[in-house]
Amino acid sequence: MINLTINGVRHTLDIDLQMPLLWVIRDHVGLTGTKYSCGIAQCGSCTVYVDGAAVRSCITPVSDAVGKEITTIEGLATPAGEAVQAAWKELEVVQCGFCQSGQIMSAASLLQRNQKPSDADIDQAMQGNLCRCATYARIREAIKLAAGKLTGGHS
Amino acid sequence: MNTKHIVNLSRRRFLAGSAVSLAGLTLGVIPTVMAEQRQAGPGIAGRAPEAAGDFSPNAFLRIDKEGVVTVISKHLEMGQGTYTGLATLVAEELDADWNMVRVEGAPADAARYNNLFWGKVQGTGGSTAMANSWEQMRRAGAAARAMLIQAASKRWQVPADQISVSSGVIKHSPTGRQADFGALAELAAQQPVPESVELKDPKSFKLIGKRIPRKDTAEKINGQAQFTQDIDLPGLLTALVLHPPKIGMKVKQVDSAKALEVKGVRKVVELSTGVAVVADDFWGAKLARDRLSVTWDDSGAFDKSSEQILNDYRKMAQEPGLEATKKGSASTVLAAAESVLEAEYSVPFLSHSAMEPMNCVVRIDAEGCDIWNGEQMQTSDQQQVAGLLGLEPKQVHIHMLYAGGSFGRRANPAADYVLEAVNIAKSLKPGTPVKMIWTREDDTHGGYYRPIYLHRMRATQDEQGAPHAWEQRIVGQSILKGTPFELVMVKDGVDMTSVEGAANLPYEIKHIQVDLHSPELPVSVLWWRSVGSSHTAFAVECFIDELAVKAGEDPLTYRRKLLGNHPRHLAVLNLAAEKAGWGEPLGRNRGQGIAVHESFNSYVAQVAEVSVRRGVITVDRVVIAVDCGIAINPDIIEAQMQGGMGFGLSAALFSELTFKNGAVEQSNFNDYRVLRIDQMPEVEVHIVASAEP
Repeated sequence: MINLTINGVRHTLDIDLQMPLLWVIRDHVGLTGTKYSCGIAQCGSCTVYVDGAAVRSCITPVSDAVGKEITTIEGLATPAGEAVQAAWKELEVVQCGFCQSGQIMSAASLLQRNQKPSDADIDQAMQGNLCRCATYARIREAIKLAAGKLTGGHS
Repeated sequence: MNTKHIVNLSRRRFLAGSAVSLAGLTLGVIPTVMAEQRQAGPGIAGRAPEAAGDFSPNAFLRIDKEGVVTVISKHLEMGQGTYTGLATLVAEELDADWNMVRVEGAPADAARYNNLFWGKVQGTGGSTAMANSWEQMRRAGAAARAMLIQAASKRWQVPADQISVSSGVIKHSPTGRQADFGALAELAAQQPVPESVELKDPKSFKLIGKRIPRKDTAEKINGQAQFTQDIDLPGLLTALVLHPPKIGMKVKQVDSAKALEVKGVRKVVELSTGVAVVADDFWGAKLARDRLSVTWDDSGAFDKSSEQILNDYRKMAQEPGLEATKKGSASTVLAAAESVLEAEYSVPFLSHSAMEPMNCVVRIDAEGCDIWNGEQMQTSDQQQVAGLLGLEPKQVHIHMLYAGGSFGRRANPAADYVLEAVNIAKSLKPGTPVKMIWTREDDTHGGYYRPIYLHRMRATQDEQGAPHAWEQRIVGQSILKGTPFELVMVKDGVDMTSVEGAANLPYEIKHIQVDLHSPELPVSVLWWRSVGSSHTAFAVECFIDELAVKAGEDPLTYRRKLLGNHPRHLAVLNLAAEKAGWGEPLGRNRGQGIAVHESFNSYVAQVAEVSVRRGVITVDRVVIAVDCGIAINPDIIEAQMQGGMGFGLSAALFSELTFKNGAVEQSNFNDYRVLRIDQMPEVEVHIVASAEP
């Protein structure tokens, strides 16, 4: 039995400690906003926070997350997260949407650390998140818009 | 009961070409028709049943007592914005409040939800969703609007022609009475469907042509959107399949003892396509699959390499193929010419590699089969599943979900992954739902690739350098051979999808000959975004550049001279060139390229600014001009252009699926490389104003 705290809710689960956090979140806790796409940390669709740090849940054994605070897209409520979601909406970033939970988690994590990211900062923070619809141009624009919202610049 | 009810007739008439539902509107129709159509009617479309008092004037919308307008989309939403586009058409003519409009996927039904361009087939592809629905959806909205007005006229006892509708409010100005849709829904449902409806003059459009918000954004940014991967049902099991390492291999022997020891594993199932492991969750299925010991019969295994395939194709290209286009006598001119420019272009196999790897949820019970999936050809899959299970198509209920990308992969006439999932479900206790998930590796190895193609181009030029004779020999597998599309789209042995973008060459040239060889290989192939144009546009536009260089002419000027009869090509070409600042010097190691192409009735020109540093090509900026006819939502068109360019750039710069001794060499995004954000150029989109549908 392990205890996991996800989005502030405690879950007691009887599972294999080697099971990737992704599948615990999806199959055992029932939160499906976090996606499986590559399983080898190449695409970022499974990005969640463990104690505030963005991790690829597809390669993180659940044992690494025991006793820590896990945040998924469903529980993203930081000012950076909200600014990112608002900017995503304003600029209509999404197409198929499958990768977007991961994109938003990575973008909000970037803005948490760096409220005025340069293009190079955005490249570095976001190059691990793939989007086959290639919504990248709008992702970049939306991160800048969200940064502006957070720093009280243009809205 | 009056069997001559006007509703039946008028509705048939107003949606000529498509059968239409009578569900939910009236009690006055022939009972058997009613019963049949109710079965798959809106509201019973896999979500909450229609509630009492709902207004469902036709198969495409429903208005509830709260005034929520639900548009039923016959087309799949896979990112391209169809849900929003179809809802826009309905809402425009209905004069609905856009904030009160939502969209749900239609059930699979070839009679009511067919693609009007495809006959009695429900399906999404070939850039037809908006074009085939343009009038149909508007008429659906207009009919509902007329019935709401009738209802208001009755309730308020005022003449209908004094009633107006705007943004979801029905108003009688002389008396100041007004109501929202919800308040009149029940009464509207009792009104006869109008014999004919008048559609708006485009000048008065309020939603069409505007950058109104997408309907799927909200649930796609908070993790609530439901994809096939996300479906949960009571007692749901998860299945993974071990596929043979090479095409043509068959299961010889399975030792499942170790797999069955894994906690939560329920069953190991031998299939014609591999060996499935069914477990309580993904991880259990994965661990068990890794512990399967399978001996394969490799006597029929594919053993070729991509290089070898290309060499074979190169030899074929030396000989004439089947004629796809012939104008003048290109071969005679070429044979007699002193100087011939020749070039060869080849493209590799490509995997679609949508972010959501293939998957499907199936439940089979005594009543029939339920499928939860995002698929592009619902009624083709429905037929295939019905055939496999010995059911009537209507017993196969497909619950349409969002697809996490598709790019043609979920439009397989062979229904490969769907049938695989159904075969797994068939082996389970009736009523057990199962979610089959392909891993990324399964998806990459799963076949149905964009075929390898080779183009051999030859041309002569006149004294001014303009092309005089043009010959293009295309070699590549037919996508349509062996599919139901073969009858219509393969003519005299020429698969239209192999030659589109080449056989309809827009350039004015005296002698043109386009030939096709369609060799067969055991590698399964399929349409991949833009289909034939994914290779024909590349070959044609590159070769035109070569001719321009040889003529010592600017590639833009060269193209302009040859496009006199193609104003839409010319307009986008000129617009892209102008907006990009064509011809302005960019400095050392930097340059511009230009191309123009028509595909599926959209005309696109692009100017790319490219840097080359130490042999590495970087695309810095792309300026796009597009004429896709009436721009229903310019913001979505812009998004499609940005994304389509990025998708094409992936293939141009990185993606390549190769065979070595019969095995695919790539497996995941580490070696099947696709575009990342740091490789995405700056992009600018300009839309040509058009009144073409």
